[in-house]
Amino acid sequence: MPNFLTDHEHAVVSAAADRLIPPVDAHPGGAALGVADYVDNLLGAFTFDPPLIFAGGPFSGRFGGEASFSQFMPLSPNEEIAWRTRVEGSRGLPGREFNGPTRGWQDIYRAGIAALGDDFCSLVGDEQDRRLHEQPELRRTLYVHACEGAYGAPEYGGNRALAGWHAIGFEGDVQPRGYTDDEVTRRA
Amino acid sequence: MPEPRDCDAVVIGTGPAGATAADVLTSAGWSVIMLEKGRNHLLSLEAPYGPLGHVSNDEIKFNRRHFLGPDPFLEPRSYRRDEADGDRLFAGDVNNLPSTVGGGGFHADGKLPRFRSVDFKARSELGPIEGADIVDWPLDYDEMEPYYAEAERLIGVAGDANGNPFAEWRSGPYPMPPGADMFGAVLTTEAATRLGYHPYRAPTGVNSVPYDGRPACNNCGFCAFYGCPIEAKGDPVAPLRNALRTGRCEIRVDACVEQVLLDAAGKSARGVRYRDIAGVDHEISARVVVVAGGAWETPRLLLRSEIANSSDLIGRYLMYHFQTFVIGQFPFRLHGHRGRSVTHLHDDHMIIDDDVLAFARENGLPYFRGGLTEHGGGGSPVMEGIYTAPGLTHTREMLDSKMRDRLWAFTVQGEDLPQITNRIDLDPSVRDVHGFAAGRATYDVHPHEVVASRYMAPRLEAIMRDAGADSTFVASSPPLEGDRAGTRSASMSRHIMGTCRMGDDPATSVVDPWQRFHDVENMVCTDSSVFPTSTGYGPTLTIVALAIRACRDLAGLPKLTSVRPGS
Ligand SMILES: Cc1cc2nc3c(=O)[nH]c(=O)nc-3n(C[C@H](O)[C@H](O)[C@H](O)COP(=O)(O)OP(=O)(O)OC[C@H]3O[C@@H](n4cnc5c(N)ncnc54)[C@H](O)[C@@H]3O)c2cc1C
Ligand code: SF4
Repeated sequence: MPNFLTDHEHAVVSAAADRLIPPVDAHPGGAALGVADYVDNLLGAFTFDPPLIFAGGPFSGRFGGEASFSQFMPLSPNEEIAWRTRVEGSRGLPGREFNGPTRGWQDIYRAGIAALGDDFCSLVGDEQDRRLHEQPELRRTLYVHACEGAYGAPEYGGNRALAGWHAIGFEGDVQPRGYTDDEVTRRA
Repeated sequence: MPEPRDCDAVVIGTGPAGATAADVLTSAGWSVIMLEKGRNHLLSLEAPYGPLGHVSNDEIKFNRRHFLGPDPFLEPRSYRRDEADGDRLFAGDVNNLPSTVGGGGFHADGKLPRFRSVDFKARSELGPIEGADIVDWPLDYDEMEPYYAEAERLIGVAGDANGNPFAEWRSGPYPMPPGADMFGAVLTTEAATRLGYHPYRAPTGVNSVPYDGRPACNNCGFCAFYGCPIEAKGDPVAPLRNALRTGRCEIRVDACVEQVLLDAAGKSARGVRYRDIAGVDHEISARVVVVAGGAWETPRLLLRSEIANSSDLIGRYLMYHFQTFVIGQFPFRLHGHRGRSVTHLHDDHMIIDDDVLAFARENGLPYFRGGLTEHGGGGSPVMEGIYTAPGLTHTREMLDSKMRDRLWAFTVQGEDLPQITNRIDLDPSVRDVHGFAAGRATYDVHPHEVVASRYMAPRLEAIMRDAGADSTFVASSPPLEGDRAGTRSASMSRHIMGTCRMGDDPATSVVDPWQRFHDVENMVCTDSSVFPTSTGYGPTLTIVALAIRACRDLAGLPKLTSVRPGS
């Protein structure tokens, strides 16, 4: 069940993510990697306490140690201002507008997705690309988030089954095991 | 009877500069209050001051979400090249170093070379260059040697004392042997050696063996731009923990110093005022004020306080390192994400030979110096994704990983000449979350940096190709537009210097040779603001060595001395 996006918006973000990070051969694209879940966690970060901004540490448990990434960390009051402004926009609040207004990601996604059209998911790829190009702010924002979702730690909602890392030959977070000196020095 | 004070010294900033000051002063019996505007993710402030477990191998948290601060939304900085650019070209992230307990030391990968003799005497040994104010430092290498040795012991530096033929004399070996060589660096150092250069294992502030109660590095690869989850990096956790263990050091976080306060006569500091996270102002009184906010924030604070500036030089002579990046793409994978980001260096581009002189003269300069060349790899996959174009080719390029796993880089930390017009001042309208004026960098390159970069780049590309790269490309920081700094991004260098230059003469310098302000007798600056020239070496070991020297003097501890082997 999405946190911010409607089911329809979630489907549109998935379809768009597959155009920006397309599946190739056996490798999943943005949709199968869970980019839409990543985006939804970010847009809905403040429906959780602590909000889903900074994952915990020190270890994920993937290479030993106790798993702690999924225990997100509390924000300081100023960090909350910064992240609420990015996510929700400044909404005319003086505490968020000391250098002027900011449009939030929630608004960029909601308005951008609506502008892509209700039929976006059923269009052929070329037409999806064309409509995405007509929404440059959404496309730009989504591309950065898609890369974060595809290639970042899975605790943020994306990189499903670590497939983003496996595809590109990246082991991800390796603490506390690390690499042996030999794994560092010798040819792969 | 003197009025009771809150502490002997108040230290502004907890980076390498402030941490070292706190360590030395508390060891001399002083009570110290440290004020840090960022949060604490480094170590518990309760005995036994262990790690907090906040640090992780997490690219999103560290690289995408400003976990260590400063968040550019909350604390923007602005940038322009000169007045003709208007009030600013843009505001946001300009040369940001972490704002957190530990400062930039928290996430530096800690190559910690010493300077050489000539670096302290560039004016008298190399001579002036038009358009810059090159000066000698009011101290020399022989005087600095025991402080360098002490700094290496304090932080825990791993290195090979015999590796670099250009290195200056040393009174003893490094505290630890070097750590593991990265595969890509093995290739580029072999090639560099074949072509007549002299690469060596980088002296690094990372444990290669257990040291000072902290474990050896396990090569996790999330090194530059990340904290160390296992505390294998010694700087600045070691000095901060030492200071806390004396029981005489208190660290207050989320405490942004607003102003340094002077007494009625205006000649000495009585303390500072800071703003806490709730927006409440507090005053701290102290016998001595140590300013260690880093070479960017220190002048911003002093200009905001309107003190110590009879020379009108606070903020001036801002220097970075002019970075030349020579990048090679290899036909095979290099796994640069394993290891400490950079494991080898060469100093050859710091040496002036006949070829350099000829090229300099062709380009209207008496001479030039490049800088330390780092052999490094790595790169994080989210960043690789963002730099790779979206669409049809994206996934294939990521699978191939030309921009990360097949990539190796030389980064030259090129000497940047001191120009009086390059400066930090206060932006006329951009504000931080506290309502204080943002700092502004006004900066353009001198032809020296541009000519040096153009000389080195093809030579480094030749090494890269000899090492096996299929193709190479060159980039710089700041990016150039013609012979000038670019308009679209500021320097990416995190080596920031100048801005409160050290010297004997109050008319031409801000602090004296013991880093005390000429205008304010009981105020000391321990960060790289005091550097008169930038050299081509990372600043941090010299920051720490100078801070030890200045604070020992302040506390009345004897000078350190050392013996030159064979003398
Ligand atoms: C990725 C990376 C790699 C690096 N690698 C190297 C390297 O290999 N070799 C090298 O020599 N250097 C390296 N550096 C640079 C190194 O980090 C800096 O030289 C060093 O941190 C400077 O120390 P400092 O204490 O002077 O300032 P900082 O580390 O910047 O610390 C200053 C602290 O003061 C605080 N502060 C500032 N103003 C105020 C105020 N008004 N009130 C309260 N607190 C305040 C800040 O929040 C900050 O925490 C690297 C930097 C980065 C980012
Ligand atoms: S590479 Fe070593 S020093 Fe760097 S973060 Fe990993 S364990 Fe720490």
